[in-house]
Amino acid sequence: MKSISVNNLSKSFINGKETVEAVKPLSFEIDKAELFGFIGPDGAGKTTLLRMLTTLIIADTGTATVDGLDVVNDYKEIRKRVGYMPGKFSLYQDLSVQENLEFFATIFQTTVKENYHLIKDIYDQLAPFSDRPAGKLSGGMKQKLALCCALIHKPTVLFLDEPTTGVDAVSRKEFWEMLKRLKEQGITILVSTPYMDEASLCDRVALMQDGKFLRIDPPSQIIKNYSKKLLAVKGKEMFPLLQHLKQIDGIEMAYPFGEYHHVVLQNDATSIDQLKSKLQSTQELEIKPATPDIEDCFIYAMQNN
Amino acid sequence: MKEQFLAFVKKEWFHIWRDKKTLFILFGLPIVQILIFGFALTNEIKNSRIAVVDQSKDETSQRLIDRIASSRYFDIEEFLKNGDEADGAFKRGKVKLVLIIPENFGSSLKHTNHGAIQVLADASDPNTASTLTSYMQAIVGDFQSDLNEGKKLPYSIVPEVRMLYNPQLKGAYNFVPGVMAMVLMLICTLMTSIAIVKEKETGTMEVLLVSPLKPILVIFAKSTPYLFLSFINIASILLLSVFVLGLPIAGSLMLLIALSLLFSVACLSLGMLISTITDSQQTAMLISLMGLFLPTLMLSGFMFPIENMPLPLKIISNVVPAKWYYFIVKSVMIKGVGLKIIWKEALVLTLMTIIFLGLSIKNYKVRLALK
Repeated sequence: MKSISVNNLSKSFINGKETVEAVKPLSFEIDKAELFGFIGPDGAGKTTLLRMLTTLIIADTGTATVDGLDVVNDYKEIRKRVGYMPGKFSLYQDLSVQENLEFFATIFQTTVKENYHLIKDIYDQLAPFSDRPAGKLSGGMKQKLALCCALIHKPTVLFLDEPTTGVDAVSRKEFWEMLKRLKEQGITILVSTPYMDEASLCDRVALMQDGKFLRIDPPSQIIKNYSKKLLAVKGKEMFPLLQHLKQIDGIEMAYPFGEYHHVVLQNDATSIDQLKSKLQSTQELEIKPATPDIEDCFIYAMQNN
Repeated sequence: MKEQFLAFVKKEWFHIWRDKKTLFILFGLPIVQILIFGFALTNEIKNSRIAVVDQSKDETSQRLIDRIASSRYFDIEEFLKNGDEADGAFKRGKVKLVLIIPENFGSSLKHTNHGAIQVLADASDPNTASTLTSYMQAIVGDFQSDLNEGKKLPYSIVPEVRMLYNPQLKGAYNFVPGVMAMVLMLICTLMTSIAIVKEKETGTMEVLLVSPLKPILVIFAKSTPYLFLSFINIASILLLSVFVLGLPIAGSLMLLIALSLLFSVACLSLGMLISTITDSQQTAMLISLMGLFLPTLMLSGFMFPIENMPLPLKIISNVVPAKWYYFIVKSVMIKGVGLKIIWKEALVLTLMTIIFLGLSIKNYKVRLALK
């Protein structure tokens, strides 16, 4: 049995006079103990999708099951066994770390002691602040506490909505390491994120835009399927260079990428020297072949959507 | 179930206990209201300042003036030379009433058996003016019957008036029940109307929904700490009114407390209903203040007697829970009646509670309401 199975699920909202299709009909399946990522910009429909799967809102069309249970009819049973961490910090700010954790353990009819092994690694870092009100924790600490509270009843499926947004780089890395360890315990994890670099840490990712999946594959597969020739270009005056690159025939796309501009060529046969001569640039340029990563794949997929 | 409930009550209690400002209001409000109504805002008339024009200046007029001066209702502020000065005295705002005794008052009384005096009152405040003039009439009447002592009158009707249940005509008999209704309404309805909607606003509702908590448990657990708070407030209001205002509790204390708790539960369930149908704390507060607090004040019979209202308002007043409770408190606390007399009012409150609770459980949204 698949952990999650979604068939033609969609949802629209009415915003004033126009109807916004937040999630267009989607179908996919997620295996047990899979770490699955929804990657996409703000407004791609990630939160709406997660809320439909966590029984918080009802889809307009289609069906979905979590642990074999229907998200509409069996919502009570689903709510007993899944863990959910909303995008907005949603613990009690005036309750201490310890009190929050104990509250969530009790309402899920368990105790902190019973499942302490699950949260031990995370909670060890929070322990020095156990008496501090949750509202006075740093961003990263808040997210760790929220994860603890979502985990304390040993959920079979864990839904995390942008858990690393607003968290520093080191904490983000730690957070993902924790998710990997949880996966080893047999927990299915669905995580949404706007950060491309986190995609490569998932078993499979769905690249999302405008309520649609552009790709759904393991990250390595997505990169492997990238068929275009990619170049990295660097000059002294980066901004005029980008404007210039965009106007040249034979260049399909050009966009800033770290300290370089990435250039996608229309024709794979075009060589670096040919490009240089086409550019006729007054400034000295560094042009070299680049290996695509998941972000290049995503940008290309978005452009051709 | 039991552990979930207790954990939830504990959490609610932390919210209340850690918000010191609100806590201060919760406990301070009833005390302040009782003291303000007890000592500052009173419609009892004591020591009203008056002016006297005595143009007669004889023994009889002097005895009448002494009689007036010795009553606790009037203080003689000044003596005026003639009636023309009365207008000035009123306009200066110094006096509320002017008594004019004309020339030859004493001798005309003796010889013609007829004496006239004039009473001028400042009717810019009509209630005070009519109360003061009737006090003045009563004093003059007393004085007259003293004069007639020993003489046989052809006809004489003497109404013997007794003010039952409140012989001293103390205002406290009227406002203590009113303040109890107001405070309980405010604490129970206003505070709980924010309770659930606050979780919606801060986003914690999203987590609570994805949990095995049942709606009925959330509603009951949220009300419990407030029920406890209202019990403390009932106790503090009763203690203050007995020991500070000197108001005795005529009926059964247990019955009074039991019915006050019933009213609290009615208010709590009304607050919960507001909380389940609104989606911001501001709306919830506005509804409880404008929609409930004002009717409680206006239509419960506390400020204005319901008997004098036009029919539509009379009908509307029946849906104001405070109206029934106000009647209960007045009956039990002041008249000392038992459940036999007020069971109907108690039944109305019970039915209201059941309806409010039923509606709030029905309206409790088990999913996110998104627009």
